[in-house]
Order: sequence, then structure tokens, then C-alpha cells
Amino acid sequence: MATTTPARGSSTSARGLVRPTFKQPSKRLPYPIGLYQTAVGKKWVMGVTGIMMMGFVLVHMIGNLHMYEGPAEYNEYAEALRNLGGALIPHEGVLWVLRLGLITAAALHIHSAATLTIMNRRSRPQGYQAPRDYSAANFASRTMRATGIIVLLFIIFHLLDLTWGVFLGDDYIKGDVYNNVTRSLSSAPVAIVYMLANIALAVHLFHGAWSLFQSLGWNSPQFNQARRVFATAFAGLILVGNLSFPIMNLAGVVSQDTRTTPCAAEGGEETDICLGVNE
Amino acid sequence: MRITLKVWRQDGPTSPGSFETYDVPGVSPDMSFLEMLDVVNDRLTLDGKRPIVFEHDCREGICGSCGMIINGVPHGPEKGTATCQLHMRKFHDGDQIVVEPWRAAAFPVIRDVAVDRSAFDRIIEAGGYISTPTGAAPDANLTLIPKPVADAAMDAAACIGCGACVAACPNSAAQLFTSAKLAHLNLLPQGQAERWARTEAMVETMEEFFGSCTNHGECREACPKEISIDFIAMMNRDYVKAKRKNRKLLSQIR
Amino acid sequence: MSDIGYLDGKVPTGPIDEKWTSHKFNMKLVNPANKRRYEVIVVGTGLAGASAAASLGELGYNVKVFTFHDSPRRAHSIAAQGGINAAKNYKNDGDSVYRLFYDTVKGGDFRAREGNVYRLAEVSVDIIDQCAGQGVPFAREYSGLLDNRSFGGAQVSRTFYARGQTGQQLLLGAYQALARQIRAGSCTLYNRTEMLDLVVKDGAARGIVVRDLMTGEVTSHSAHAVVLATGGYGNVFYLSTNAKGSNTTATWRAHKRGALYANPCYTQIHPTCIPASDDFQSKLTLMSESLRNDGRIWVPKNPADTRSPDQIPEADRDYYLERRYPAFGNLVPRDVASRNAKTQVDEGRGIGPLKNGVYLDFGDAINRVGAQVIKERYDNLFEMYERITDEDPYKVPMRIYPAVHYTMGGLWVDYNLMSNIPGLYVLGEANFSDHGANRLGASALMQGLADGYFVLPYTIGDYLAGMLGEKPLDTSDPAFKQSEAEISDQVKRLLSLRGKQTVDQLYRKMGVDVVWAKCGMARNEQGLKEAISDIRAIRDEFWSDINITDQSQTMNQSLEKAMRVSDFIDLAELMCKDALHREESCGGHFREEYQTPDGEALRNDDQFAYVGAWEWTGESGQQKLHKEELAFEYVKLAQRSYK
Ligand SMILES: Cc1cc2nc3c(=O)[nH]c(=O)nc-3n(C[C@H](O)[C@H](O)[C@H](O)COP(=O)(O)OP(=O)(O)OC[C@H]3O[C@@H](n4cnc5c(N)ncnc54)[C@H](O)[C@@H]3O)c2cc1C
Ligand code: HEM
Ligand code: SF4
Ligand code: FES
Repeated sequence: MATTTPARGSSTSARGLVRPTFKQPSKRLPYPIGLYQTAVGKKWVMGVTGIMMMGFVLVHMIGNLHMYEGPAEYNEYAEALRNLGGALIPHEGVLWVLRLGLITAAALHIHSAATLTIMNRRSRPQGYQAPRDYSAANFASRTMRATGIIVLLFIIFHLLDLTWGVFLGDDYIKGDVYNNVTRSLSSAPVAIVYMLANIALAVHLFHGAWSLFQSLGWNSPQFNQARRVFATAFAGLILVGNLSFPIMNLAGVVSQDTRTTPCAAEGGEETDICLGVNE
Repeated sequence: MRITLKVWRQDGPTSPGSFETYDVPGVSPDMSFLEMLDVVNDRLTLDGKRPIVFEHDCREGICGSCGMIINGVPHGPEKGTATCQLHMRKFHDGDQIVVEPWRAAAFPVIRDVAVDRSAFDRIIEAGGYISTPTGAAPDANLTLIPKPVADAAMDAAACIGCGACVAACPNSAAQLFTSAKLAHLNLLPQGQAERWARTEAMVETMEEFFGSCTNHGECREACPKEISIDFIAMMNRDYVKAKRKNRKLLSQIR
Repeated sequence: MSDIGYLDGKVPTGPIDEKWTSHKFNMKLVNPANKRRYEVIVVGTGLAGASAAASLGELGYNVKVFTFHDSPRRAHSIAAQGGINAAKNYKNDGDSVYRLFYDTVKGGDFRAREGNVYRLAEVSVDIIDQCAGQGVPFAREYSGLLDNRSFGGAQVSRTFYARGQTGQQLLLGAYQALARQIRAGSCTLYNRTEMLDLVVKDGAARGIVVRDLMTGEVTSHSAHAVVLATGGYGNVFYLSTNAKGSNTTATWRAHKRGALYANPCYTQIHPTCIPASDDFQSKLTLMSESLRNDGRIWVPKNPADTRSPDQIPEADRDYYLERRYPAFGNLVPRDVASRNAKTQVDEGRGIGPLKNGVYLDFGDAINRVGAQVIKERYDNLFEMYERITDEDPYKVPMRIYPAVHYTMGGLWVDYNLMSNIPGLYVLGEANFSDHGANRLGASALMQGLADGYFVLPYTIGDYLAGMLGEKPLDTSDPAFKQSEAEISDQVKRLLSLRGKQTVDQLYRKMGVDVVWAKCGMARNEQGLKEAISDIRAIRDEFWSDINITDQSQTMNQSLEKAMRVSDFIDLAELMCKDALHREESCGGHFREEYQTPDGEALRNDDQFAYVGAWEWTGESGQQKLHKEELAFEYVKLAQRSYK
């Protein structure tokens, strides 16, 4: 009405001081993509992808324990992975599905982490000018981004190292996983990289494996205590398992291949002789 | 007691601002923190200087007006206590006390340590209510509410809207505040009809102003009402459910 | 000034239990489609204001809501602890609308209007339904049914509560309902905006003039009706249990524009508060009255006794309430308990470092039922006490002393809650209310919500219906412009003062040394006369000797406070004047000259059974008295006795 003083711009009196920092998309995409448009949704995705990667890390660690049984068993395990699904499915088929799943998971996980980090930075343009005193946030929760990035760099390194053999040069034998791993890990610098990266991973998981219950809304007074125990145990398990490989290699417990390696002789060709050569 | 007070002074929302240090003799341990500031303000005025602007009203820890970072901790060193209920006996003779406003994009500084928290009102307006027009409610005892449910709703409803959770959060996230209101209403039978719409609207409004939760748990430590972060988990769960359309249509189904 | 003449409370005729029903039927209605053509201003977002604004918004009116707080949720109502009464009779213990009505009239020492009180009791039951519907988490029993507790003075269990935070939860309910209307666009919120004047033209309220507390801008808002729900004036005493921001400015400025101020001398003192610890004390904290159920009140017999309380043997203790009132003991009503504590302290038997309190001792109760049970009952209170005093009440008796808590006086309103200025409505603690000379525990929340949810939405329609087609007065009207100019001048004048005192120093001097000392728990003619001249001197000091060093027009708390204190000074004078004229003791007003031989309040029904409503005549202290005679048709006038 013309007779009254106009309201200050909106039906609520924000008086222009507080403005939204983030614009909600004008159109929401259908579920579940719409979920990913929001921060709570992204965190949910991080939790789910985190679980997928945790599953991978756990299986990967357990699988690597075959290393202690000797080259044949170890290589057999590697081949079994490639043969998942048996004769029904083309060679490496299932493995590729798993790989694609993991790649997608990692991509989503990283994308969420990056966008949410930007959001969080913008939410506090001027930081505290005096030192803050945190009481609940721990080292792990404060360093998720750093440990995440370390793990990412490590994954790249790890793939270059053992999947494509970039650093091993002529020592790299495609298919002879045992050879590659033991050769790589017996170099001290490489072993140290592996150890540091896995410490970072464990730290990441110490918070992540607890945090995901919050993000996914899985909580109940009955097992809230247990969440912390679970996360610590999981991170600890991965830490112990994964650290043991470089340590045992350096210590010589897992020895370098002493075989005369037909595989090597044949230039890395993947043959049946390569497998089970010690039999 | 004699203390040194280092306070953030800022003339207006767009002025730069900086710390100023005051020597404060004659502090009684029985004073509340705000009474100490009253004394400082009286002295500043008598010295011809501008008193410190800080918000307060009830001084009983219930209105949520007060709040500042005291020595790096929202509401100061005593757990579960709002600034107005903090007493000087928690400090020692000779201490330096640093006071800073809440900092978040959604809480712009108005002056000195007073900030604008109206973003919280926007979140409530988005859906933080049960639509019961006056006169429309049935007899109160027609809706039975199990005691544990009523108690849990009350635990959540105890939030005083002070904003310490946002201030404490390294990400300036408002999850604790929003989830407390959502849990209060979503737990009660009366709140079921609007549950999913409410959750969606409030969360999305929250995200327009605040950062994203990384589950540090700082908010709970700072909260004068010690609201549990379990409510945040509940909010996350409800939100994901709310996003599924059929849930909204069949809103009675949990 | 227009001649007001005979004050008509406009209570409908007919039997008491049919008055409201028939009145509701007889009032004019506004057609739903026409409601949006009306503008209504609501000042205040406490229980009364928020509930009124939300309800009017739901009906379809265009509502503008003002609060000086940053959010509606911070209004002082948030601090109420104990509970809210309602005549639900869920306990089957004999409660009824009539009993609540009766208790309230009697508790108010027969100085309230029967018709209003009956209506209050009648709608009390709807309030609980409404609030429960909104999601207020009232305490429940294991059956899922609502729980009740009993409260000061009543013999039935009719108090609903939400832990120790009933006011908070009720206010959040009303605030959320308001938030919904803000979202819907029917209500517009003006937070951090203080009403500084009421604009009256052609004999009716036309709008208000406000100051934006963030920018200093002075603007006008016009409407078809103005609703004030701005709370009580307990802070006239400087120290009270009220929030620091509570003030009388809105009601006082309306008074200066012609609204009658009724019964300002009726102020309530709550017996169980934590005594002041030093001269820096800025406010007093209430400890729930429920503590008196288990605590025993005593002082040492010998004023010179300096032993710590646990060293004082039974024989040297005086349980004065149990001694003087064997029937009610420690559970006498608020005014009686308060006055007795004052007597003890005045006679030098006060305890604590400043000898300004009495003991509230849980030792016996702990021995009887065990510390665990006491913990379950009062743990949060004990914790709060310890936080403030650093003493553990499980080990040392609490120290308590009475403090100002509530003000029964306020702007005069008729049965429709309309003041003598047409179009100006007053709700909640701001009006002179339904509590007479003394309010019973847990009934302020009830009254605020009754006014806002269930009374005003009906009665305002009756007035508005007659204005169909009228436009609100244009804010460019000289009436608005002149008021804006006056306010800007006042701001300039205050900012130009370059004296030697801070506003707080002077405010404390007036509140504690004058108003509390001479117009507090007990009053007498000489003291009141002195108080009036002291107040006048303080007013002169105020306008010459205060200093506001903050010169800015933006958020300037010294300036805000100075404006509020200037109104408190004027109100204080009227309070004393009212107290002086009321030559009787009743409820919260105790004149030492008028007491029974054993020190109880002595009413004078022949001469003072009226509402004293004061009209501003242009100068402070020169108000003219108007009387609204009170008729008691249903409740027999009787002397209260708690022996
Ligand atoms: C410690 C304490 C405990 C209590 N416990 C109980 C209890 O257990 N049970 C009970 O029944 N009662 C209790 N009471 C009393 C009760 O809380 C109050 O009487 C009641 O809440 C008053 O509500 P209201 O809506 O009238 O005003 P308030 O809640 O005081 O609200 C006033 C509103 O007006 C606004 N306002 C004021 N002036 C202006 C202005 N000039 N311009 C703009 N806005 C303005 C304020 O911003 C605020 O929003 C208690 C009181 C206290 C102090
Ligand atoms: C590839 C690089 C990675 C980056 C950049 C990264 C980054 C992050 C970040 C920033 C978070 C959010 C922290 C928080 O919300 O508290 C997070 C959470 C998490 N991460 Fe990673 N991470 C990476 C790899 C991994 C891997 C390999 C795993 C699993 C083994 C993993 C498991 C988790 C889990 C479980 C969470 C918790 C999710 C939640 O709270 O919902 N992350 N990560
Ligand atoms: S959740 Fe706690 S810290 Fe956050 S606003 Fe509410 S009371 Fe304050
Ligand atoms: S002043 Fe009200 S919570 Fe501190």
C-alpha cells in the first residue's frame, strides 16, 4: 500500500546485511542426481564412495597378504582377480567393472571434497584473528584434505609404479606381480613413500570411518560408542597390514625373487610358465 | 583481580576493525563476564571513549543474545555455559582475555563483537514450524507422545539460537542449529505431516548461508545447551529420504 | 486533552460463563476477502505479540511486526521457567474454569476485573491444545499423556511445563507460527527496530514512529490499528529478574499520547532469587519457586552470629515462616514470603557476605528423601545456583532474597483489550492485565497467549469492521512528520550531553537507591514523597549530567539505553504517585501504614476497590486519576489468610 513506508526490500528484514553466500540451483534434478546438488547430498555421496573405497582398501590389503605365502600363491591371487567371474565373463571383465566403480567413486569423492572445501572457505571470508582453541576436532579430522591429497598422489604413484612399471624400467615384468612388488619395495625411498602414504590413509580413515556414519545418518544410541571403536580398528588394521609390506620387504623377510625367472627371460610375456614357476 | 582485556573493535560492517587492549583492575571474581564488560564500558565512557558494543539480554543463558569468542573458545572456557553465565572466577589474576566476535559469512559483524544472526531466522522461516493455525488443534491429550519421544524432542528444542555452533565450526556450518530444530519437530507425531518438506526446505536454506559439515564435533563442545550431534545424523538421514519423491507423497511412512 | 470521564471496562452483561461466548457472537466480523485490506501493526514479539501477529496473519490481515530484538525468539518471554496454567482438570483433582477464575481473582487480592479473568480461565484450555499442536514439547507421563505440577498458591495440579524452560518452548511455538506467516508474506518483520512514538489523530491510533537500531533512521508506519505487546516495566528498579532490554518506552510514549497507565504501583516481588553479590550486579536471577517445596527458610536468631550455617545449631536458628504461618509454612504466597525476608534483613539478621539474604536449606530434605531424589527434582537449578555463586547447595544452604519479577500495572484496556485510544490495543504484561494486585505463578504465560491467540483476533475485527474502505493515514501526514522530528531532536539532545556520569550509573542510582528502597517491597507515605522529589532531581541530573560518548547513529547501545531510562524516570515518578494515592495494602502493594496487627496486608475495599488509571496532562508527575470501579459479583471479597 502506498500509504505506508515501503518494507526494506524483502518480506523479511535482512536489511541487506546478510545475503546468501551460495545460490541454490534454480532447477533440481531428479533423484538421486538432485541429491548431489546439495552439500548434505554430497557428503552422503562421500560416505558411500568412502565405503566403496574402504572395501577396496580392505580387500586389497588382505589380498596382498598372499605375498607372505610366496610368489606362486601371490601371482595366483593376482590372476584369480583377473579371472573373476570365471569362464562366463570375458577375461578381466569383472575386474574392469570393479575398476570403473572405483574410479567413479574416487572421482565423486574427490569432486565432492573439492567443491565442499570451496564452500567452506567462502563461508568464513574473514578468519579468526586470534588463535582458536579447538576441543573436539582432532588431527585426523583437521587434516582430511591433506591426507586425502597425499593418498591421491600415492594412488597415482602406485599405479605408475606397479600397473605401468614406469619406475622399474627393465625390472618390470608384466604379470609377475610378486617380482614387481618385491623389487619396488626393496628400494628404501619407495618403501618410505609407501609407508608415509599408508600412514596418511590410516589417519584419513580414522576420521572417515567414523564420520561416514554421521553423513549417512546411521546412528543409534546403541552403537554410537562402537563407531569410534570400529573406525580405530579399521584404520589400525589397514595401517598394520599395509605397513607390513614395505617393512617386511626392507627387512628381507619377504625376499626378492630368487627364481630363475622364465618370465623375465621371455620378456615379460604372460605365459603359464610364469605362474607357478616354483612348483 | 586485574586482567588484561584484548577486544575486537570494529566501527561498522564495512570498517576494518582491530584488537584493542585494556587494563582492567578491580575485577571481582563474583562478577559475571558481562558485568566485567559493563565495568569496562562505564570506565571507557568516563574516559570519553566509545563503549564496547556486545549483545545480551536475559543474562540467564536462555535468550541466546550473548556470545563471543573468549580466548579462542565460543562462550569461553566453561562447558555448557553461555557467555552471560560465565563468571570471572574462572579466570586468574593477571590473565589476558581475548574477545572476538563470531566469524562467518552468514554472521556479518555489525559492530565490535555484535553480529547479525538473522540467517537463523531465514532457516526457521523456511519450514521450522508445524502448521497449526490458531484454533485448529485437537485436544492436547488426543495425541499421545511417549515420554522418551517428548524428552528427546525437548533435548533438541533446548537450542537457544546463539550461533556458537557456527562460530565453533571450522567450516561455519549451521548443522547443529538446523538439525536441532528439525529433530524437535520431526520426532513429534504432530510434525510428521510436514516432515519431508520441512527437512528439504530447511536444509537447502541452511546451505545458502552456511558451510558444510565435516563432522568435527566442535559445535557440540561449544554449545551452551550441549545439543547432541546425533541430531545431525538424523537430519542427514531425513534429508536423503526427503529427496526421494515417493517419500514425500507417502509422508507418513518412516 | 479530551475528557475521558467515566471509565467503562465494557464487560458484556449476562452470566459470567456466557459473557465471552455471547460477546463473540455479537461482535462484528470482517469478511475474509476484506481482511487483506487492513493493515495492523504489532509491536513486540513476546508470547503476546508473536501469538497475536501470527493469528492475525493467518486470518489474512496485513501485519507489520516490530521488535527491538534481533529475532522475535529473543523476547523476554523466553526466560520464563516454571510453567503455564490451564483449567484442563486432567488430574481429576477438582479443577475447573471456575476454580481457576476464583483462584486468580483471590490471588490478585480482589483488584482485577471479574469478566476478564473468567475469560482468561475459559480460553486457558485452548492454549494448551494450540501449543501442543504446534509441537511444544510439554512434559509427558509414561502413558504419553500430559504431565502437570502444582504451583504457588493453588491446591490443584494445573500447571503444564516443559522442563524448566516453559517460556522458551511456548515462545518458540509462537515464533515459529509467526515465522510461517512471514514466509507466507502476511506478516512483515521489522527486527532491531524500536517503537518510539504512537501517532494519534482524530482521536484514534494511526500508526507508530520507529527508529532503526542498525542505521539510526527514524521512519513512520501507519495502520488501521496498533497493537502493543511490549512487556512489563520491572526494570524501573534497575535490578530485577527481567531481561536487560525490557523497558517501558513503547507503553510510556503511548501514555504520553493519551493512553491511560493503570495501577503502576502493583509490582510483584519474587521471594526466591539469588541475592546481589556486589555493586556491579547487573541483574538478578530467579530460582524457581518450586524450591520452597523442599527447602526450609531460616536466619540465625542472633544478628551477630558469624558462624557458617552448618555450625549453627537448631536452637540458634529461626525458621521464621514456619513459626509465623504454621499452616502454610514455607509455602506462603510470594508477597508474604518476600516481605518476611525483607523484615529479617532489615532487622540485621541477613546472611551472606553482604548480609542481604536468608537461607533456603535443603539439609532436612536431603536427610529425609536422600540427595538423589533432591537431585532429580532440582539438579538444573542447583547447577545454575552453583555456577553463579560458586557454592554447592547440596552442602551449604542456598542464599536467597526477593527480587522484582513482574509488573501487574500497565496500560489500561477494556474487555476488548483496547485502550482508551480507539484502535490502540495492548496485550500481555504491557496491559494492566487480569492479575489485579498480585499475579499467581504460571499465569503470565497463560495471559499473554490468551490475549494473542484467542482474544485479540476476535475483538480487533469488531473495530476494524467499522473502518472498511478507509485508508490508513498517509505517513507524510504532519502528525507523523512532527513526531519524527521530535524523536530526531531527542536523539540529538541526548548525544549532545557532555556530563560526568554514565547512563548506567544514574539508572542504578534511581532504580536501586530510590525506587527499590522507597517504592519496593514496602512503602510508606514519607518514603514515597521523598522518592518523588529524588526522582525529580535525578531527572534534572539525567538531562544535564550524563555522557554518551558513542556519537554514532548506527548500533548505539548507550543511546538506546538513555532513551529507555529517560522514560523509566518518568514512570518511576508516576509509580510513586500511584503508590502514594493508594492508601491501602493489597497484593504487591504494601503500605506500612496499612497492615493488620500481625503485619499482614490490610485492604480498604470501601475506598480502593477500583483500577487507578492515570492520564497524562502534559507534564511528568501531573497525571490525572481516572477510576474504574470494580464490582465483585461472583467472588466474595475477603481477607486473604495463610495462617
Ligand atoms: C525470570 C522470569 C521467569 C518467569 N516465569 C514465569 C512462569 O514460570 N510462568 C508465567 O506464567 N510467567 C512467568 N514469568 C512472567 C512472564 O514471562 C512474562 O510476564 C511474559 O512472558 C511477558 O510476555 P509479553 O509477551 O507480554 O512480553 P515480552 O516477552 O517481554 O516481550 C516484549 C516484546 O516487545 C518488544 N518491545 C518492547 N518495547 C519495544 C519497543 N519500544 N519497540 C519495539 N519492540 C519493543 C520486545 O522486543 C519483545 O519482543 C516470568 C518472568 C521472569 C522475568
Ligand atoms: C583420492 C583422494 C582422496 C581425497 C582427496 C579425499 C578427501 C576426503 C575429504 C576432504 C573428506 C571429507 C572429510 C570430512 O568430511 O570430514 C573425505 C572423507 C572420507 N574419505 Fe576420503 N579422500 C580420498 C581418498 C579416500 C580413500 C582412498 C578412502 C578409502 C579408503 C577414503 C575414505 C573416506 C571416508 C570413509 C570419508 C568419510 C566420508 C563421510 O564423512 O561421509 N578417502 N575424504
Ligand atoms: S545448537 Fe547450541 S550452539 Fe548452536 S545455536 Fe543452538 S544452542 Fe547455540
Ligand atoms: S544474555 Fe541471554 S543467553 Fe546470554
